[in-house]
Amino acid sequence: MGIGILALAGAFLLVAPLGLKPYGIFILSMWAVMTIAAIGLNLTLGYAGQISLAQAAFVGIGAYVTAWLTTKGAWPFWPTYALGFASCFAVGWILGYPALRVQHHYLAFVTLAFNTLVYLVFRNEEWLTNGIYGISNVPRPSLFGFSLKGGREFYYFCLANLVFVSLAAWWLIRSPWGRAFVAVRENPIRALSLGVDTRRYTLMAFAIGAGLGGISGALYAPLTQFVDPTPFALGLSLNLLLMVVLGGSGYFFGPFLGAIVAVLLPEWLRFAQGYYLMGYAVLVMVMMAFWPTGLLGLADRLLKK
Amino acid sequence: MNTVLQVRDLRKSFGGIVAVDGVSFDVEESEILGIIGPNGSGKSTLFNCILGQLQPSAGDVRLDGRAVTGMRPCDLNRLGVSRTFQLLQIFPHLTVRANLILAGQEHQGSMLSRLVGRPDAGLSAAAERMLGFFRLEHLADEDAGGLSYGQQKLLDVAMAFMAGPRLALLDEPAGGVNPTMLANLRERLKAINAEHGSTFVVIEHNMEFVMALCDRILVLAEGRIIAQGTPAEVRSDPKVIEAYLGRG
Repeated sequence: MGIGILALAGAFLLVAPLGLKPYGIFILSMWAVMTIAAIGLNLTLGYAGQISLAQAAFVGIGAYVTAWLTTKGAWPFWPTYALGFASCFAVGWILGYPALRVQHHYLAFVTLAFNTLVYLVFRNEEWLTNGIYGISNVPRPSLFGFSLKGGREFYYFCLANLVFVSLAAWWLIRSPWGRAFVAVRENPIRALSLGVDTRRYTLMAFAIGAGLGGISGALYAPLTQFVDPTPFALGLSLNLLLMVVLGGSGYFFGPFLGAIVAVLLPEWLRFAQGYYLMGYAVLVMVMMAFWPTGLLGLADRLLKK
Repeated sequence: MNTVLQVRDLRKSFGGIVAVDGVSFDVEESEILGIIGPNGSGKSTLFNCILGQLQPSAGDVRLDGRAVTGMRPCDLNRLGVSRTFQLLQIFPHLTVRANLILAGQEHQGSMLSRLVGRPDAGLSAAAERMLGFFRLEHLADEDAGGLSYGQQKLLDVAMAFMAGPRLALLDEPAGGVNPTMLANLRERLKAINAEHGSTFVVIEHNMEFVMALCDRILVLAEGRIIAQGTPAEVRSDPKVIEAYLGRG
Protein backbone atom coordinates (compact mmCIF):
# COMPACT_ATOMS: atom_id res chain seq x y z
CA MET A 1 0.00 0.00 0.00
CA GLY A 2 2.86 2.35 0.90
CA ILE A 3 4.40 2.02 -2.56
CA GLY A 4 1.04 2.72 -4.21
CA ILE A 5 0.58 5.95 -2.25
CA LEU A 6 4.14 6.96 -3.03
CA ALA A 7 3.69 6.36 -6.78
CA LEU A 8 0.44 8.31 -6.74
CA ALA A 9 2.03 11.23 -4.91
CA GLY A 10 4.99 11.16 -7.30
CA ALA A 11 2.72 11.20 -10.34
CA PHE A 12 0.75 14.09 -8.87
CA LEU A 13 3.92 16.11 -8.20
CA LEU A 14 5.08 15.51 -11.80
CA VAL A 15 1.87 16.55 -13.55
CA ALA A 16 0.59 19.17 -11.08
CA PRO A 17 2.44 22.16 -12.57
CA LEU A 18 0.84 21.52 -15.96
CA GLY A 19 -2.53 22.54 -14.56
CA LEU A 20 -1.41 25.25 -12.15
CA LYS A 21 -1.05 29.01 -12.47
CA PRO A 22 2.39 30.51 -11.74
CA TYR A 23 1.45 31.27 -8.13
CA GLY A 24 0.38 27.66 -7.56
CA ILE A 25 3.67 26.43 -9.01
CA PHE A 26 5.54 28.84 -6.75
CA ILE A 27 3.72 27.51 -3.68
CA LEU A 28 4.42 23.93 -4.69
CA SER A 29 8.12 24.79 -5.17
CA MET A 30 8.09 26.40 -1.71
CA TRP A 31 6.63 23.17 -0.34
CA ALA A 32 9.56 21.20 -1.79
CA VAL A 33 12.10 23.69 -0.42
CA MET A 34 10.55 23.75 3.06
CA THR A 35 10.26 19.96 3.09
CA ILE A 36 14.04 19.76 2.65
CA ALA A 37 14.56 21.99 5.71
CA ALA A 38 12.00 19.94 7.65
CA ILE A 39 13.74 16.67 6.71
CA GLY A 40 16.88 18.16 8.24
CA LEU A 41 15.08 19.12 11.43
CA ASN A 42 13.45 15.69 11.55
CA LEU A 43 16.93 14.12 11.61
CA THR A 44 18.03 16.36 14.48
CA LEU A 45 14.80 16.29 16.47
CA GLY A 46 12.77 13.32 15.28
CA TYR A 47 15.58 10.77 15.11
CA ALA A 48 18.36 12.06 17.37
CA GLY A 49 15.96 13.72 19.83
CA GLN A 50 17.73 17.09 19.98
CA ILE A 51 15.29 19.97 19.87
CA SER A 52 16.31 22.90 17.71
CA LEU A 53 14.53 26.20 17.22
CA ALA A 54 17.25 27.44 14.90
CA GLN A 55 16.38 25.75 11.60
CA ALA A 56 15.21 29.06 10.07
CA ALA A 57 18.64 30.53 10.80
CA PHE A 58 20.25 27.79 8.70
CA VAL A 59 17.78 28.27 5.85
CA GLY A 60 18.70 31.97 6.11
CA ILE A 61 22.45 31.34 6.10
CA GLY A 62 22.10 29.08 3.04
CA ALA A 63 19.92 31.67 1.29
CA TYR A 64 22.26 34.58 2.04
CA VAL A 65 25.38 32.66 1.02
CA THR A 66 23.80 31.80 -2.34
CA ALA A 67 22.19 35.20 -2.88
CA TRP A 68 25.30 37.16 -1.99
CA LEU A 69 27.74 35.06 -4.00
CA THR A 70 25.60 34.69 -7.13
CA THR A 71 24.81 38.42 -7.27
CA LYS A 72 27.72 40.41 -5.82
CA GLY A 73 30.28 37.69 -6.32
CA ALA A 74 28.88 36.58 -9.71
CA TRP A 75 29.65 32.97 -8.74
CA PRO A 76 27.97 30.14 -10.58
CA PHE A 77 25.19 28.40 -8.64
CA TRP A 78 26.68 25.01 -7.72
CA PRO A 79 29.67 26.20 -5.68
CA THR A 80 27.36 28.46 -3.67
CA TYR A 81 25.01 25.53 -3.15
CA ALA A 82 27.87 23.42 -1.82
CA LEU A 83 29.10 26.29 0.33
CA GLY A 84 25.58 26.88 1.69
CA PHE A 85 25.52 23.24 2.83
CA ALA A 86 29.09 23.27 4.16
CA SER A 87 28.81 26.51 6.11
CA CYS A 88 25.57 25.40 7.76
CA PHE A 89 27.09 21.98 8.51
CA ALA A 90 30.00 23.69 10.28
CA VAL A 91 27.86 26.16 12.21
CA GLY A 92 25.40 23.38 13.09
CA TRP A 93 28.27 21.30 14.46
CA ILE A 94 29.25 24.17 16.75
CA LEU A 95 25.63 24.74 17.79
CA GLY A 96 25.56 21.06 18.77
CA TYR A 97 27.98 21.64 21.66
CA PRO A 98 25.35 23.15 23.98
CA ALA A 99 23.28 19.99 23.37
CA LEU A 100 26.05 17.98 25.03
CA ARG A 101 25.34 19.94 28.21
CA VAL A 102 21.64 20.78 28.19
CA GLN A 103 18.52 19.07 26.85
CA HIS A 104 14.83 19.64 26.14
CA HIS A 105 13.48 23.11 26.89
CA TYR A 106 16.89 24.43 27.94
CA LEU A 107 18.27 23.41 24.57
CA ALA A 108 15.23 24.98 22.91
CA PHE A 109 16.16 28.31 24.48
CA VAL A 110 19.81 28.06 23.47
CA THR A 111 18.86 27.42 19.84
CA LEU A 112 16.14 30.08 19.98
CA ALA A 113 18.74 32.63 21.08
CA PHE A 114 20.97 31.53 18.21
CA ASN A 115 18.17 32.06 15.70
CA THR A 116 17.58 35.57 17.06
CA LEU A 117 21.29 36.32 16.86
CA VAL A 118 21.50 35.25 13.22
CA TYR A 119 18.36 37.24 12.39
CA LEU A 120 19.91 40.35 13.96
CA VAL A 121 23.06 39.87 11.89
CA PHE A 122 20.94 39.63 8.72
CA ARG A 123 19.07 42.80 9.66
CA ASN A 124 21.76 45.00 11.18
CA GLU A 125 25.03 44.15 9.46
CA GLU A 126 24.24 46.14 6.34
CA TRP A 127 27.79 45.98 4.97
CA LEU A 128 27.36 42.22 4.68
CA THR A 129 23.66 41.58 4.10
CA ASN A 130 22.32 44.91 2.85
CA GLY A 131 20.06 44.99 5.96
CA ILE A 132 16.32 45.35 5.52
CA TYR A 133 16.73 46.22 1.82
CA GLY A 134 17.84 42.69 1.20
CA ILE A 135 19.48 41.27 -1.89
CA SER A 136 17.36 41.33 -5.03
CA ASN A 137 17.66 39.83 -8.52
CA VAL A 138 19.09 36.55 -7.33
CA PRO A 139 19.58 34.65 -10.60
CA ARG A 140 18.20 31.19 -11.26
CA PRO A 141 20.79 28.70 -12.43
CA SER A 142 20.89 26.60 -15.55
CA LEU A 143 21.53 22.88 -15.55
CA PHE A 144 23.43 21.12 -18.37
CA GLY A 145 22.63 24.09 -20.61
CA PHE A 146 18.91 24.08 -19.73
CA SER A 147 17.76 27.38 -18.31
CA LEU A 148 15.77 27.06 -15.09
CA LYS A 149 14.48 30.63 -15.21
CA GLY A 150 10.86 29.68 -15.78
CA GLY A 151 8.72 28.88 -12.73
CA ARG A 152 7.83 25.42 -13.99
CA GLU A 153 11.43 24.50 -14.81
CA PHE A 154 12.60 25.72 -11.43
CA TYR A 155 9.85 23.73 -9.74
CA TYR A 156 11.16 20.53 -11.32
CA PHE A 157 14.65 21.50 -10.17
CA CYS A 158 13.40 21.89 -6.58
CA LEU A 159 11.57 18.57 -6.86
CA ALA A 160 14.74 16.84 -8.10
CA ASN A 161 16.61 18.26 -5.12
CA LEU A 162 13.90 17.00 -2.80
CA VAL A 163 14.21 13.50 -4.29
CA PHE A 164 17.98 13.59 -3.92
CA VAL A 165 17.83 14.79 -0.30
CA SER A 166 15.13 12.22 0.51
CA LEU A 167 17.22 9.36 -0.85
CA ALA A 168 20.26 10.54 1.09
CA ALA A 169 18.21 10.86 4.29
CA TRP A 170 16.66 7.42 3.70
CA TRP A 171 20.11 5.91 3.35
CA LEU A 172 21.31 7.66 6.49
CA ILE A 173 18.34 6.55 8.58
CA ARG A 174 18.71 2.91 7.54
CA SER A 175 22.47 2.95 8.14
CA PRO A 176 24.06 2.29 11.54
CA TRP A 177 24.08 6.08 11.99
CA GLY A 178 20.29 6.18 11.94
CA ARG A 179 20.20 3.44 14.57
CA ALA A 180 22.73 5.32 16.68
CA PHE A 181 20.67 8.54 16.37
CA VAL A 182 17.58 6.75 17.70
CA ALA A 183 19.69 5.22 20.48
CA VAL A 184 20.91 8.69 21.49
CA ARG A 185 17.29 9.85 21.58
CA GLU A 186 15.88 6.90 23.50
CA ASN A 187 18.58 6.10 26.03
CA PRO A 188 21.89 7.96 25.77
CA ILE A 189 23.38 6.30 28.86
CA ARG A 190 22.79 2.78 27.59
CA ALA A 191 23.97 3.83 24.12
CA LEU A 192 27.21 5.07 25.65
CA SER A 193 27.70 1.78 27.48
CA LEU A 194 27.31 -0.07 24.15
CA GLY A 195 30.20 1.81 22.57
CA VAL A 196 28.10 4.49 20.85
CA ASP A 197 30.06 7.74 20.92
CA THR A 198 27.00 9.79 21.83
CA ARG A 199 28.93 13.04 21.73
CA ARG A 200 30.00 12.58 18.12
CA TYR A 201 26.59 11.38 16.95
CA THR A 202 24.82 14.28 18.68
CA LEU A 203 27.08 16.80 16.97
CA MET A 204 26.65 14.98 13.67
CA ALA A 205 22.86 15.04 14.00
CA PHE A 206 22.97 18.78 14.52
CA ALA A 207 25.41 19.36 11.68
CA ILE A 208 23.54 17.26 9.10
CA GLY A 209 20.17 18.75 10.07
CA ALA A 210 21.64 22.24 9.75
CA GLY A 211 23.32 21.35 6.44
CA LEU A 212 19.96 20.35 4.96
CA GLY A 213 18.62 23.69 6.21
CA GLY A 214 21.44 25.25 4.19
CA ILE A 215 20.45 23.36 1.03
CA SER A 216 16.88 24.49 1.52
CA GLY A 217 18.12 28.08 1.75
CA ALA A 218 20.33 27.72 -1.33
CA LEU A 219 17.15 26.83 -3.25
CA TYR A 220 15.01 29.41 -1.49
CA ALA A 221 17.12 32.33 -2.72
CA PRO A 222 16.79 31.63 -6.47
CA LEU A 223 13.16 30.57 -5.98
CA THR A 224 12.05 33.91 -4.53
CA GLN A 225 14.91 35.75 -6.30
CA PHE A 226 14.94 38.11 -3.33
CA VAL A 227 16.38 37.58 0.13
CA ASP A 228 15.67 39.80 3.13
CA PRO A 229 15.85 39.11 6.89
CA THR A 230 12.11 38.84 7.67
CA PRO A 231 11.42 35.25 6.54
CA PHE A 232 14.26 33.87 8.69
CA ALA A 233 13.01 35.15 12.04
CA LEU A 234 11.92 32.77 14.77
CA GLY A 235 8.49 32.35 13.16
CA LEU A 236 9.89 30.11 10.42
CA SER A 237 11.76 27.98 12.97
CA LEU A 238 8.51 27.43 14.84
CA ASN A 239 6.77 26.68 11.56
CA LEU A 240 9.41 24.09 10.64
CA LEU A 241 9.06 22.56 14.10
CA LEU A 242 5.32 22.43 13.48
CA MET A 243 5.89 20.62 10.17
CA VAL A 244 8.03 17.96 11.86
CA VAL A 245 5.76 17.42 14.85
CA LEU A 246 2.51 17.62 12.94
CA GLY A 247 3.66 15.24 10.23
CA GLY A 248 5.04 12.80 12.79
CA SER A 249 8.38 13.39 14.47
CA GLY A 250 10.75 10.49 13.79
CA TYR A 251 8.72 9.21 10.82
CA PHE A 252 10.49 9.42 7.48
CA PHE A 253 7.53 10.89 5.59
CA GLY A 254 6.47 13.15 8.47
CA PRO A 255 8.12 16.31 7.07
CA PHE A 256 6.45 15.83 3.66
CA LEU A 257 2.99 15.73 5.23
CA GLY A 258 3.81 18.41 7.78
CA ALA A 259 4.96 20.77 5.04
CA ILE A 260 1.69 20.16 3.16
CA VAL A 261 -0.21 21.27 6.24
CA ALA A 262 2.09 24.22 6.95
CA VAL A 263 2.72 25.49 3.40
CA LEU A 264 -0.16 24.35 1.18
CA LEU A 265 -3.12 24.16 3.55
CA PRO A 266 -3.12 27.88 4.44
CA GLU A 267 -3.31 28.64 0.71
CA TRP A 268 -6.19 26.22 0.16
CA LEU A 269 -8.05 27.79 3.06
CA ARG A 270 -7.90 31.23 1.48
CA PHE A 271 -11.49 30.89 0.27
CA ALA A 272 -12.44 31.64 3.88
CA GLN A 273 -10.84 35.05 3.40
CA GLY A 274 -10.10 36.89 6.66
CA TYR A 275 -10.87 33.84 8.76
CA TYR A 276 -8.52 31.38 7.13
CA LEU A 277 -5.60 31.84 9.51
CA MET A 278 -7.92 31.54 12.50
CA GLY A 279 -9.39 28.36 11.11
CA TYR A 280 -5.91 27.08 10.40
CA ALA A 281 -4.78 27.82 13.96
CA VAL A 282 -7.78 25.99 15.43
CA LEU A 283 -7.15 23.00 13.16
CA VAL A 284 -3.52 22.76 14.26
CA MET A 285 -4.50 23.04 17.93
CA VAL A 286 -7.09 20.29 17.61
CA MET A 287 -4.67 18.01 15.75
CA MET A 288 -1.93 18.47 18.30
CA ALA A 289 -4.29 18.00 21.25
CA PHE A 290 -5.74 14.74 19.95
CA TRP A 291 -2.87 13.29 17.93
CA PRO A 292 0.36 14.44 19.58
CA THR A 293 2.36 11.84 17.63
CA GLY A 294 1.44 13.58 14.39
CA LEU A 295 -0.38 12.41 11.30
CA LEU A 296 1.88 9.42 10.70
CA GLY A 297 1.82 8.47 14.37
CA LEU A 298 -1.96 8.36 14.07
CA ALA A 299 -1.83 6.34 10.86
CA ASP A 300 0.61 3.92 12.50
CA ARG A 301 -1.76 3.41 15.43
CA LEU A 302 -4.78 2.89 13.20
CA LEU A 303 -2.97 0.38 10.98
CA LYS A 304 -1.76 -1.66 13.94
CA LYS A 305 -5.27 -2.02 15.41
CA MET B 1 45.51 -17.54 35.21
CA ASN B 2 45.32 -14.00 33.91
CA THR B 3 43.88 -11.16 35.91
CA VAL B 4 41.32 -9.40 33.71
CA LEU B 5 40.19 -6.66 36.06
CA GLN B 6 42.15 -5.13 38.87
CA VAL B 7 40.53 -2.63 41.24
CA ARG B 8 42.73 -0.89 43.80
CA ASP B 9 41.63 1.35 46.70
CA LEU B 10 38.64 2.69 44.82
CA ARG B 11 36.85 5.50 46.63
CA LYS B 12 33.83 7.56 45.74
CA SER B 13 32.27 10.20 47.95
CA PHE B 14 29.28 12.41 47.30
CA GLY B 15 29.74 15.44 49.52
CA GLY B 16 30.19 13.98 53.00
CA ILE B 17 28.83 10.55 52.11
CA VAL B 18 31.41 7.92 51.24
CA ALA B 19 29.61 5.45 48.96
CA VAL B 20 32.66 3.35 48.07
CA ASP B 21 35.38 3.34 50.69
CA GLY B 22 38.65 1.88 49.49
CA VAL B 23 37.59 -1.26 47.63
CA SER B 24 40.25 -3.55 46.12
CA PHE B 25 39.73 -6.82 44.31
CA ASP B 26 40.87 -8.83 41.27
CA VAL B 27 38.81 -10.72 38.73
CA GLU B 28 40.49 -13.68 37.05
CA GLU B 29 39.88 -14.78 33.50
CA SER B 30 36.65 -16.78 32.91
CA GLU B 31 35.64 -16.38 36.56
CA ILE B 32 32.10 -15.54 37.64
CA LEU B 33 32.39 -13.19 40.58
CA GLY B 34 29.32 -12.22 42.59
CA ILE B 35 28.98 -9.00 44.58
CA ILE B 36 26.29 -8.96 47.23
CA GLY B 37 25.44 -6.58 50.04
CA PRO B 38 22.47 -4.80 51.62
CA ASN B 39 20.77 -1.90 49.84
CA GLY B 40 22.93 1.20 49.85
CA SER B 41 26.14 -0.72 50.41
CA GLY B 42 27.72 0.87 47.32
CA LYS B 43 27.46 -1.96 44.77
CA SER B 44 26.04 0.05 41.88
CA THR B 45 28.28 3.04 42.62
CA LEU B 46 31.25 0.67 42.51
CA PHE B 47 30.12 -0.51 39.05
CA ASN B 48 29.62 3.03 37.83
CA CYS B 49 33.11 4.01 38.98
CA ILE B 50 34.73 0.99 37.32
CA LEU B 51 32.85 1.67 34.09
CA GLY B 52 33.47 5.40 33.77
CA GLN B 53 29.87 6.43 34.33
CA LEU B 54 31.12 8.14 37.50
CA GLN B 55 34.58 9.55 38.09
CA PRO B 56 36.08 7.85 41.18
CA SER B 57 37.37 10.19 43.90
CA ALA B 58 40.49 8.07 44.24
CA GLY B 59 41.85 4.69 43.27
CA ASP B 60 42.84 2.79 40.21
CA VAL B 61 41.12 0.45 37.72
CA ARG B 62 43.11 -1.74 35.35
CA LEU B 63 41.93 -3.89 32.46
CA ASP B 64 44.49 -6.53 31.47
CA GLY B 65 47.06 -4.46 33.31
CA ARG B 66 46.23 -1.27 31.43
CA ALA B 67 45.02 1.76 33.41
CA VAL B 68 41.43 2.58 32.42
CA THR B 69 40.39 4.69 35.42
CA GLY B 70 37.75 7.24 34.45
CA MET B 71 37.80 6.31 30.77
CA ARG B 72 34.63 7.18 28.82
CA PRO B 73 32.09 4.31 28.88
CA CYS B 74 31.98 4.08 25.08
CA ASP B 75 35.77 3.72 24.82
CA LEU B 76 35.86 1.18 27.63
CA ASN B 77 33.09 -0.78 25.94
CA ARG B 78 35.07 -0.91 22.73
CA LEU B 79 37.96 -2.39 24.71
CA GLY B 80 35.65 -5.30 25.52
CA VAL B 81 33.93 -4.35 28.77
CA SER B 82 30.15 -4.45 28.63
CA ARG B 83 27.48 -4.03 31.26
CA THR B 84 23.81 -4.11 32.10
CA PHE B 85 22.07 -1.69 34.41
CA GLN B 86 20.05 -2.27 37.56
CA LEU B 87 16.95 -0.99 35.80
CA LEU B 88 16.08 -2.38 32.41
CA GLN B 89 17.71 -0.35 29.62
CA ILE B 90 16.65 -1.17 26.08
CA PHE B 91 15.64 0.96 23.08
CA PRO B 92 11.85 0.51 22.98
CA HIS B 93 11.28 1.98 19.50
CA LEU B 94 13.91 -0.14 17.78
CA THR B 95 13.10 -3.72 16.87
CA VAL B 96 14.65 -6.52 18.92
CA ARG B 97 17.02 -7.22 16.03
CA ALA B 98 17.99 -3.54 15.69
CA ASN B 99 18.69 -3.40 19.43
CA LEU B 100 21.17 -6.25 19.01
CA ILE B 101 22.79 -4.85 15.87
CA LEU B 102 23.21 -1.49 17.59
CA ALA B 103 24.97 -3.25 20.47
CA GLY B 104 27.61 -4.57 18.06
CA GLN B 105 27.91 -1.99 15.31
CA GLU B 106 30.28 0.43 17.04
CA HIS B 107 32.87 -2.27 17.57
CA GLN B 108 34.04 -2.43 14.00
CA GLY B 109 35.25 -0.09 11.30
CA SER B 110 35.36 3.69 11.39
CA MET B 111 32.50 6.13 11.81
CA LEU B 112 32.57 6.77 8.05
CA SER B 113 32.48 3.08 7.16
CA ARG B 114 29.34 2.80 9.28
CA LEU B 115 27.69 5.45 7.11
CA VAL B 116 28.60 4.11 3.68
CA GLY B 117 28.75 0.41 4.52
CA ARG B 118 25.97 -2.14 4.85
CA PRO B 119 22.86 -1.04 6.74
CA ASP B 120 23.13 -4.04 9.09
CA ALA B 121 26.88 -3.43 9.59
CA GLY B 122 27.35 -7.10 8.62
CA LEU B 123 25.84 -8.18 11.93
CA SER B 124 22.60 -9.84 10.82
CA ALA B 125 24.01 -13.35 11.21
CA ALA B 126 25.48 -12.57 14.63
CA ALA B 127 22.17 -11.03 15.72
CA GLU B 128 20.36 -14.14 14.49
CA ARG B 129 22.64 -16.38 16.55
CA MET B 130 22.12 -14.22 19.62
CA LEU B 131 18.33 -14.30 19.09
CA GLY B 132 18.47 -18.06 18.91
CA PHE B 133 20.74 -18.35 21.92
CA PHE B 134 18.37 -16.31 24.10
CA ARG B 135 15.28 -17.87 22.47
CA LEU B 136 13.93 -14.57 21.18
CA GLU B 137 13.87 -15.45 17.47
CA HIS B 138 10.07 -15.24 17.17
CA LEU B 139 10.24 -11.65 18.43
CA ALA B 140 13.05 -10.41 16.15
CA ASP B 141 10.96 -7.87 14.24
CA GLU B 142 8.83 -6.64 17.15
CA ASP B 143 9.54 -3.26 18.70
CA ALA B 144 11.50 -4.04 21.85
CA GLY B 145 9.09 -1.87 23.86
CA GLY B 146 6.29 -4.35 23.12
CA LEU B 147 7.99 -7.34 24.80
CA SER B 148 7.13 -8.66 28.26
CA TYR B 149 9.36 -7.61 31.13
CA GLY B 150 11.15 -10.96 31.25
CA GLN B 151 11.78 -10.94 27.49
CA GLN B 152 13.10 -7.38 27.67
CA LYS B 153 15.42 -8.48 30.46
CA LEU B 154 16.77 -11.29 28.26
CA LEU B 155 17.25 -8.79 25.41
CA ASP B 156 19.04 -6.45 27.81
CA VAL B 157 21.49 -9.21 28.72
CA ALA B 158 21.81 -10.37 25.10
CA MET B 159 22.82 -6.84 24.06
CA ALA B 160 25.63 -6.87 26.59
CA PHE B 161 27.04 -10.01 24.91
CA MET B 162 26.52 -8.96 21.30
CA ALA B 163 30.07 -7.68 20.84
CA GLY B 164 31.66 -10.75 22.47
CA PRO B 165 32.96 -8.90 25.54
CA ARG B 166 36.00 -9.99 27.48
CA LEU B 167 34.39 -8.84 30.70
CA ALA B 168 30.70 -8.30 31.47
CA LEU B 169 29.42 -6.50 34.55
CA LEU B 170 25.78 -7.35 35.25
CA ASP B 171 23.83 -5.25 37.74
CA GLU B 172 20.98 -7.35 39.17
CA PRO B 173 20.21 -9.46 36.10
CA ALA B 174 17.62 -11.45 38.09
CA GLY B 175 15.69 -8.44 39.42
CA GLY B 176 11.97 -8.74 38.66
CA VAL B 177 12.35 -11.90 36.56
CA ASN B 178 9.92 -14.79 37.18
CA PRO B 179 11.31 -18.19 38.32
CA THR B 180 11.02 -19.93 34.92
CA MET B 181 12.73 -17.09 33.10
CA LEU B 182 15.29 -16.95 35.90
CA ALA B 183 16.37 -20.55 35.37
CA ASN B 184 16.60 -19.83 31.65
CA LEU B 185 18.75 -16.74 32.27
CA ARG B 186 21.11 -18.54 34.67
CA GLU B 187 21.55 -21.41 32.27
CA ARG B 188 22.28 -18.97 29.38
CA LEU B 189 24.88 -17.10 31.43
CA LYS B 190 26.55 -20.36 32.43
CA ALA B 191 26.60 -21.41 28.78
CA ILE B 192 28.23 -18.18 27.60
CA ASN B 193 30.81 -18.50 30.36
CA ALA B 194 31.57 -22.10 29.40
CA GLU B 195 31.62 -21.61 25.61
CA HIS B 196 33.48 -18.32 25.32
CA GLY B 197 35.39 -18.24 28.59
CA SER B 198 33.92 -14.79 29.25
CA THR B 199 34.48 -13.24 32.64
CA PHE B 200 31.52 -11.96 34.67
CA VAL B 201 30.99 -9.73 37.65
CA VAL B 202 27.41 -9.98 38.89
CA ILE B 203 25.65 -7.78 41.45
CA GLU B 204 22.64 -9.63 42.79
CA HIS B 205 20.10 -9.66 45.60
CA ASN B 206 18.61 -13.02 44.73
CA MET B 207 20.75 -15.26 46.93
CA GLU B 208 19.69 -18.53 45.39
CA PHE B 209 20.54 -17.21 41.92
CA VAL B 210 23.89 -15.76 42.88
CA MET B 211 25.00 -18.79 44.93
CA ALA B 212 24.19 -21.11 42.02
CA LEU B 213 25.86 -18.91 39.40
CA CYS B 214 29.06 -17.61 40.97
CA ASP B 215 32.44 -19.19 41.72
CA ARG B 216 33.37 -16.58 44.28
CA ILE B 217 31.46 -13.87 46.15
CA LEU B 218 32.41 -10.49 47.60
CA VAL B 219 30.22 -9.02 50.33
CA LEU B 220 29.99 -5.24 50.46
CA ALA B 221 28.63 -3.23 53.40
CA GLU B 222 28.85 0.53 53.85
CA GLY B 223 31.21 0.82 50.92
CA ARG B 224 33.75 -1.77 52.17
CA ILE B 225 34.40 -5.42 51.45
CA ILE B 226 33.56 -7.25 54.67
CA ALA B 227 33.87 -10.83 53.47
CA GLN B 228 34.77 -12.90 50.45
CA GLY B 229 35.00 -16.53 49.46
CA THR B 230 33.09 -19.37 47.88
CA PRO B 231 29.27 -19.26 48.14
CA ALA B 232 29.38 -21.79 51.00
CA GLU B 233 31.98 -19.80 52.98
CA VAL B 234 30.12 -16.54 52.56
CA ARG B 235 26.79 -18.06 53.51
CA SER B 236 28.08 -19.13 56.92
CA ASP B 237 30.17 -16.02 57.65
CA PRO B 238 28.83 -14.32 60.81
CA LYS B 239 29.89 -10.87 59.54
CA VAL B 240 27.67 -11.35 56.51
CA ILE B 241 24.69 -12.42 58.56
CA GLU B 242 25.23 -9.41 60.78
CA ALA B 243 25.44 -7.00 57.83
CA TYR B 244 22.14 -8.27 56.48
CA LEU B 245 20.19 -8.77 59.70
CA GLY B 246 21.87 -6.36 62.09
CA ARG B 247 23.39 -7.25 65.47
CA GLY B 248 21.23 -9.61 67.50
